[in-house]
Amino acid sequence: MEWEAVIGLEIHVQLATQSKIFSGASIAFGSEPNTQACAIDLGLPGILPVLNESAVEMAVKFGLGVEAEIGMKSVFERKNYFYPDLPKGYQTTQNDLPIVGTGIIEVEPEEGKIRQIRIHHAHLEEDAGKSLHETYTDDHGRGMTGIDLNRAGTPLLEIVSEPDIRSAKEAIAYIKAIHSIVTYLGISDGNMAEGSMRCDANVSVRPKGQEEYGTRAEVKNINSFKFIEKAINHEIERQIELIEDGGRVKQETRLYDSEKNETRPMRSKEEANDYRYFPCPDLLPVELDEAYIEHIRSEMPELPKQKKQRFIDELGLSSYDAGVLSATRPMAEYFEQVKDRCNDAKLAANWVMGELAGQLNKEGLDIENSPVSAQQLGDLVARVMDNTINGKAAKQVFAALWAGEGATADDIIDAKGLKQVTDTGAIAAVVDEVLASNPQQVEQYQAAPEDKRGKMVGFFVGQVMKASKGTANPQMVNQLLKEKLG
Amino acid sequence: MHNKTIAELAKGLADGDFSSVELTRHFLGRIDALDSQYNSFITVTPEQALAQAKAADETRASGHAKALTGVPMAHKDIFCTNGVLTTCASKMLANFVAPYDATVVSNFNHAGMVSLGKTNMDEFAMGSSNENSYFGAVKNPWDLKAVPGGSSGGSAAAVAARLAPGATGTDTGGSIRQPAAFCGITGLKPTYGRVSRWGMVAYASSLDQGGPMARTAEDCALMLNEMAGFDPKDSTSLKKSVPDYTEGLDQPLSGLRIGLPKEYFGKELSAEMSDAIMASVKEFEKLGATIQEISLPNTMLAIPSYYIIAPAEASSNLSRFDGVRYGYRCENPENLEDLYKRSRGEGFGKEVQRRILVGTYALSEGYYDAYYRKAQRIRRLIQQDFLNAFNEVDLIMGPTTPTPAFDLGSNSDDPVQMYMEDIYTLAVNLAGLPGISVPAGQINGRPVGLQILAGHFKESQLLNAAHQFQKATNWHQLAPSSGE
Repeated sequence: MEWEAVIGLEIHVQLATQSKIFSGASIAFGSEPNTQACAIDLGLPGILPVLNESAVEMAVKFGLGVEAEIGMKSVFERKNYFYPDLPKGYQTTQNDLPIVGTGIIEVEPEEGKIRQIRIHHAHLEEDAGKSLHETYTDDHGRGMTGIDLNRAGTPLLEIVSEPDIRSAKEAIAYIKAIHSIVTYLGISDGNMAEGSMRCDANVSVRPKGQEEYGTRAEVKNINSFKFIEKAINHEIERQIELIEDGGRVKQETRLYDSEKNETRPMRSKEEANDYRYFPCPDLLPVELDEAYIEHIRSEMPELPKQKKQRFIDELGLSSYDAGVLSATRPMAEYFEQVKDRCNDAKLAANWVMGELAGQLNKEGLDIENSPVSAQQLGDLVARVMDNTINGKAAKQVFAALWAGEGATADDIIDAKGLKQVTDTGAIAAVVDEVLASNPQQVEQYQAAPEDKRGKMVGFFVGQVMKASKGTANPQMVNQLLKEKLG
Repeated sequence: MHNKTIAELAKGLADGDFSSVELTRHFLGRIDALDSQYNSFITVTPEQALAQAKAADETRASGHAKALTGVPMAHKDIFCTNGVLTTCASKMLANFVAPYDATVVSNFNHAGMVSLGKTNMDEFAMGSSNENSYFGAVKNPWDLKAVPGGSSGGSAAAVAARLAPGATGTDTGGSIRQPAAFCGITGLKPTYGRVSRWGMVAYASSLDQGGPMARTAEDCALMLNEMAGFDPKDSTSLKKSVPDYTEGLDQPLSGLRIGLPKEYFGKELSAEMSDAIMASVKEFEKLGATIQEISLPNTMLAIPSYYIIAPAEASSNLSRFDGVRYGYRCENPENLEDLYKRSRGEGFGKEVQRRILVGTYALSEGYYDAYYRKAQRIRRLIQQDFLNAFNEVDLIMGPTTPTPAFDLGSNSDDPVQMYMEDIYTLAVNLAGLPGISVPAGQINGRPVGLQILAGHFKESQLLNAAHQFQKATNWHQLAPSSGE
C-alpha cells in the first residue's frame, strides 16, 4: 500500500529581546548557571510579572509577515504543572486568545513546486529553566540534578502549523521558511544550536487518497535541521511498519534520541497532565489598536517573498537566481551590497552564486563568515565592469582576497600588476613583437581562406596575452591583430 | 502615648513632645509586656525599629521630616521585608527571608515610618478567625476567649491593644474589614489596583488588595496617602493620581444618599447586630444624609462564586512552594514526587490544603466550565448589582459581619460555617470596590463593625463619611482593658 505522511509542526522561536518576557533579567546565552535569573524568574513569593512590550511587537511583526490575523485582544493564561525547572509551578502562555491567528506560508521544497502551509496560530509564552542531570553528584557520589534558571522566562513565540505538511522534506522547507522570516524580521537570531529554534512534530500516516487523518504521535526534542528530517522520517517509517504488522499507532508523546536515531515514548506520568489552564490574574489582557498595528506595519522590512519578486522585476534576475539570493537575510544583504557597489545586478548575482558560493561550499562556511566581504567583492566586480581587469585576472584577485593577501581588489591588482593594458601603442608594440617572432604563422594565416582565419587568430591572441602577462585588453588585441594581419 | 492616634503622634513628633526613639521604645515595651496574651506578632524587630526611629529623628532634626516620619507601625507578615522573615504564618515559609521589600513596605520606609515587626495572620491569608496560623491563634484583645477575625487578625489585635498605632493588612474576601470589626478598629480595603500588590504574597491575585488598619478613619487616610499609587512592577495597579485622602475628611454629609441593601439585613443577622447598625445609620441621618433601601440581588451567590475563584487562583499561586528552591523541604525525599508530596503535605496547614484541593478541582478539565467559568459569570453579575446601586446612592452601608467575634474553636470544625462569616464582605472583593469597617457599637463587650462601601476609587468619600461618623460617635475611642 502507498502511504502518505501528515505532519504538523510546533516551532518555538526564541525572541531577540533584551530582557525576559516578564522580568528585566538578560537573556544572553551561555552565562554561568543562575546568574541571569532575578526574583521574578525564581518565582519568589510576592513577585509579579510585567509584560515586555518588545516581545509583543515582535510577535505582531511575525503575524504581519505571514499575513495572519492579529489578535487585537490576547490573553495570557497559566499552564499548571510541577517540574523542578518550572519555578512558579505554572508556565505563563497564551491559550484561548493568542496574539497571532491564522496565517499562511509559501514554501518551495523543490524547484518549481510551491506549497502553501497554513499557520494555525502563534502565541507568546515564557520558557522554563533547564535541568542538568549529568553534572552533579552529592557527597556520597550519588547523582544529583542541577537546575539552571537562566533560561526561565525567556520569551518564546510558539508557531503552530496546520497538518499541511506531507514529508520530512516539506517540513525542512517550512522550518527554513520560518527561519528566514524570523531572521529577516530580526525578531530572532534563529540559532538552532543555542536553542533559539526548537521543534516538535505531530506525525501521522494514512493510506494515500484517504481523507481521514491517522492517529498522531508527537515527537519532541528535535533541535537541528539534520535531526528534524531524520526524526520525522524515522517516525513515519515506524508508524507504517507498525500498521503493516497489524498494530495501531498510539496517541502519545515520543522523544527523539539523536544518538540512537529513534523515537521512544515518554513515560506516561510525564504526559498525564491536566494543565488546568486559566487566565493569569497578574496580567491584563493585551489589547492592541489599529494605529499600533499600522505603525509596526510601516516599519516592516522587506520579506523574502517580496524581495524575490523585486529581484525579478527590478533587477531582471531569473526566478531561480532571485530565489537563491533572497532565501536568507545574510545572503540577500550580501548580494545587495555587492550589487550596489558594482552597479550590475546580473554580474553581482553571477559572482555571488558562482565563485563565492562555490568557495564557501567547498570550505563549509556560511556567508556571514565569508573571508571576502561584500564590499571587497563589489569593488572587484566593479573593476571587471570598468575594464580595469579582465575576467581571468578577476578570478586571481578573488583567490587573493580569499587568502587574505590584500585588503582591497585594487591593492591586489596593483601588487600583482594585473591592470588591463588599454593603451593602443603599448598593445601594438606587443602585437608587433609577436608577429615579428612568428613569421611562419603569419605566412600561413595570410595564405589561408577567409573562413579559416577566425580560428587562426586565436593563436596570436594567446601569444599576445602571454607576452602581456594577461593584462592586455582582449578586444583591443583582437582588433589590432586583424588590422595588422590584413 | 499609646492611646494617641497616628495623627496625634505625628503632631507630637512635629511639636517635639517626644522623639521617634522614645515612641518606638514605648511600643516595643508594650509588645514585650503584653503580646504574650494576644500572640499578635510573629516577628518583632526591635533593633531595626530603633535604627529606623533614630534615622527618623535625624531626618526631623535636619528639617526634612514628612507627615508620618518617625511614627511606628507594623506589617502583616504577608508583605515581604528585605532581610526580615516573611512567613505568611506558614510552616512552608517559616524560614523565608525575602531579598526585597514589598512596594507597600518601601513606600512606608520612604515615608519615614518605623516598622515594629510582622503581625500574625491566617496562613497565606486563608481564614476568618486567625486560628489557621502555624504560629498559633491570635486572641481578641476585647475578650481573650474570642477570635480577632482574620486573616489580618494580628494587625487588628495589635492596633486594638495599642501595641502599634497602625498596621498594614490585606483583604481578599474581608480580611481587613472583618478583623477590624471584631477588634473595634477602622480598616479600609481600597479599590482593586489602588495599592501595589508587588511583594505581597499572593493568595487570590484578582481579589487581593492591601490596605491600612488603624483606630480612626483619619489615620487610615494618612496611611493610605503613603500606600496608594501606580506601581510599574504591578501590571494590575492603576495609573491614576493619588489624591490627599485627608483633604476631604471634613466635607459635610448633607445630601449624601445612603443605600441599605435588604439582602444585608436577612435572618442570619441577629436583632442586636441589626439594632447596632441601624443606630449608626441614624447618626448619618442626623448628619444630613438620606437613607433608602436598595437591593443587591446576587448577594447570596457571592460565597459560592468567591470560594471557586479564590481557591482556583490560590491553587496556582501556591504551586511555587514545592520544596525545591526555598521554604520548607521534607526530610530525605525518596524521589521528586515524594519531595513534592511530603514538602507540601507537611508544609501547608489544613485550610490551605483544603483550598488548594478545591481550586485544583474547579480548574480541572471537564469541570472548568461548570465551576470557574460560571463563577466568573456570577462575578460580573455581582459587579453589575453594585454599579446599578451606585446609580441610585452614593454609599452603601450594612454590617461588616453577621455576628460579633465568635469564640475561639467554635467554628474550626465547620469550614462552611466559617465561610459564611464573610457573607457581607466577599462581594466587595469580587466587584473590586473600596470598603471600610468602622466601630459602631458593642454587644456583650465585643465590638460591632459598620461597613461602608463606595464606587471604584471613591476612597475619599468613604473616609469622609467614616470620619464624620467618628466625630459624632466614640466607639472608636474605646480601649480594651486587657491592654491597660
